[in-house]
Amino acid sequence: MGSALDSVAADAQCIYPSGAAMIAQIKQAGIRHIISVPDIVTSDGLLWPIARDPDFTLVRVCKEDEGVSICAAMSYNKTRALLLMQQTGLMDSLNAIRAIGMDYRLPVCMMVGLQGKEPHLPPDQSQSYGVRIVEPVLAAMALSHNLIESPEDVSSIAGHIDTAYRDSVPHCFLVGRSPESP
Amino acid sequence: MRRDHALEILKQHITDELVVAVYQSCFDWLAINPRDLNYVGVGAMGQASSHGLGLALANPDRSVIVFDGDGSLLMNLGSLVTIGQAAPKNLHHFVFVNGVYEVNGSHPIPGKDKVDFAAIARGAGYRNAVTFNDLDAFRRDLGAFLTEPGPMLAAMHIAPGDPYPRDYDFIHSREAHNRFRTALMRS
Repeated sequence: MGSALDSVAADAQCIYPSGAAMIAQIKQAGIRHIISVPDIVTSDGLLWPIARDPDFTLVRVCKEDEGVSICAAMSYNKTRALLLMQQTGLMDSLNAIRAIGMDYRLPVCMMVGLQGKEPHLPPDQSQSYGVRIVEPVLAAMALSHNLIESPEDVSSIAGHIDTAYRDSVPHCFLVGRSPESP
Repeated sequence: MRRDHALEILKQHITDELVVAVYQSCFDWLAINPRDLNYVGVGAMGQASSHGLGLALANPDRSVIVFDGDGSLLMNLGSLVTIGQAAPKNLHHFVFVNGVYEVNGSHPIPGKDKVDFAAIARGAGYRNAVTFNDLDAFRRDLGAFLTEPGPMLAAMHIAPGDPYPRDYDFIHSREAHNRFRTALMRS
């Protein structure tokens, strides 16, 4: 009981990334197409603001692997896109990512909410098995990824996207704390 | 209606369209109409329609044609709803229906002889969808079909034709993908 209260207290002290700042980074990277299946971690701070933003074209897909293919196909004429989803969708899409992103070396950029992750814990210490395995799975696939948890993590987003398109490789952002609504 | 005969008729209507093709339809098409604007690497089974949507959205001034398989499309039926919602006018989707997983041992697909792909596409929000069972009717109606704004789907009830070679190494190759990219950026 005590540990649960400690977790609540620790979570309350966490600083959360700004959704507005993340969206600004996405725009800075030249992305105007967002492909998404809704994710509760990024819903209020990213997806709803993006849905209302006339600068973006939002394609709502039924299943996340559709988004892998859409982003990859768009890249052939240098159109940049971002696939926004939850880690469950990431896990469900691993074969498409393996084939299209890794085997074909195409720049599929993904932003993945880690649903169930405790805000004060790193993913590998989460009580959630579904959260703990994400980084090891991506590492096993040699898939470039980084964690977006605190405000200082946000400024790297545009650079990672630029690198993914320059080198024609996938990249996965793992969003470990819900971005604050703009 | 043989698939290769239908593809020969389709070839007469193809100029600078972006053609996404999968599995045996792809191998047949590569033998019948090899061209750099063939998009042959969809990577994962079922993904042709989603690649086609991505191309259609990123290239709104280009016509995109997808040659799908029935077993493939069954793996990604939700993409029909996504396409219906996105409503790209430049996407025409052909599904070659033979009722089997042809390149995986010719086992029957679920729903063989029951699934109505045209009805599913209409229900998913495609602008229209039709079924072709007969080569003469296909020859007669194809031009009108292709001039209709998309998204449009044609369910092509076919039998296999000649045994065209299955060159998996080529469709997954960097060479094939680079050819398409270069042709797309040039044209």
